[in-house]
Amino acid sequence: MRSDQTRPPGSPPGSAPGSPPAAPGPAPAPPARRRAPLLRGQGPTVAVVALGGAIGACARYGAGLLWPTPVGAFPWTTLLVNAVGCAVIGVFLVLITEGPVAPHPLLRPFFGTGVLGGFTTFSTYAVDAQGLFDHGLPGRALAYLVGTLVIAMLAVWVAAAAGRWALGALGRRRPA
Amino acid sequence: MNWLLVIAGALVGAPLRYLTDRAVQSRHDSVFPWGTFTVNVAGCLLLGLLAAVAPSNVRLLLGTGLCGALTTYSTFSYETLRLVEGGARLFAVANVVGTLLAGLAAVHAGQALGHALWG
Repeated sequence: MRSDQTRPPGSPPGSAPGSPPAAPGPAPAPPARRRAPLLRGQGPTVAVVALGGAIGACARYGAGLLWPTPVGAFPWTTLLVNAVGCAVIGVFLVLITEGPVAPHPLLRPFFGTGVLGGFTTFSTYAVDAQGLFDHGLPGRALAYLVGTLVIAMLAVWVAAAAGRWALGALGRRRPA
Repeated sequence: MNWLLVIAGALVGAPLRYLTDRAVQSRHDSVFPWGTFTVNVAGCLLLGLLAAVAPSNVRLLLGTGLCGALTTYSTFSYETLRLVEGGARLFAVANVVGTLLAGLAAVHAGQALGHALWG
């Protein structure tokens, strides 16, 4: 299951059990595993993912410069960056996959995979948590690990629900 | 200069995440998001290694830029939400717990590797 990453732009997010497994390629997978060359036709997508990723990473780096985290302190900046990114992806993917119009095929790779993927980070989260453990602050490390997780999951869930509510209120939800 | 290092790293990291995810997801039929799991754990390993030993400009290029863009929290959370919405709660819990534990173990392994290689 993929969300903002592999699925061809415009196809539904995530494969729910019960629904046919999402085929990673544009066409349904034949019984024999297809091995489409990884890069074929991927030039524009890879380019917009790279561009979006650079924009997202700069936003994250800028946030770190504005609100630096001293050694041993609770990493609020990374927590907020990740929470904001999760909220935005929740509403964004609902709007483009369940909204009335199919978006430009490069919008999702650019903004979802690129900008938001580049903005949020899992590696810094894990390394910062490990650093708190290493500094003899296991309580703070656990609070950061669990706190980020809970806030991020709440953010993506509430944002996706808000997106669906907005589409419903406007009567613009794409028929299932 | 610092910004250029971050940009250069991200220009590689984000497409690497996209292509790795494509490659991994095309090789299994499970609903489990192995692609995102793979890039997140790989990024933790590399950043653990860098955090232990690398000078600051290398950390900006490969850490803030490359690892930051290679790994993702937004996709991780969204895929977990989709698993819950699809009724695959066990997979959702496995994704959260598995990514967390594997990520921390990878950070640890990266740090140990860095110290072993460069003291």
